[in-house]
Amino acid sequence: MSLALYIVLFSVGAAAVVLCMVRALRGPTAPDRLVAVDGMITITTALLVLLGLFLGRRIYIDVALVYAVLAFVGVIAVARYLERGL
Amino acid sequence: MTTTAIIGTFVVGFGVAFLFLGALGIFRLPDVYNRLQAGTKCTTLGAFCAIVGVGIAEPGWIFKALIVAVFILLTNPISAHALARASYKSGVRPYDGTVVDKYRELGECKEVGNAAETSEPTAGGEE
Repeated sequence: MSLALYIVLFSVGAAAVVLCMVRALRGPTAPDRLVAVDGMITITTALLVLLGLFLGRRIYIDVALVYAVLAFVGVIAVARYLERGL
Repeated sequence: MTTTAIIGTFVVGFGVAFLFLGALGIFRLPDVYNRLQAGTKCTTLGAFCAIVGVGIAEPGWIFKALIVAVFILLTNPISAHALARASYKSGVRPYDGTVVDKYRELGECKEVGNAAETSEPTAGGEE
């Protein structure tokens, strides 16, 4: 892939993250913010793998995997907290 | 540029476009449940296509990329389900344009118990 293509892909991904972050800052209720953060986490995982392809380093896939696992556990924990309290 | 790199580029572009559409749905839709639906389905497909596309473009990475992609494909609906149930039980109502709310109907039937069987024809008549 050429550099211009990478710039386009990362710009679209960054725009997606910014939209999710605006919703996370503005959301009226706590579940709104949590949904926005969940979407932001998934987008960030995909962009981490793409960053690994851009930099030519394979370790970024492991970083993305660990990030996905921790985010899954965190989202489940916060959802359980919203449902019935700690 | 080899053939696999071109195919992988197209798949990555498809995935990133779906990621942007999912984020747009999270930003624009009126309700937490609508946002959850857009944000989960679009970002699951987008992340899956982007990661598998990276694996196609760089054929030595396909195994690890598939591990990450399948993990996202399995865990994203689970977290979305937990989020939807948590937001319903924490008292977030659907917005005014909502047509049907099956969870509330079923919940009322379960709470009332045997009395719900007698009131079932009226509930069916409303539909």
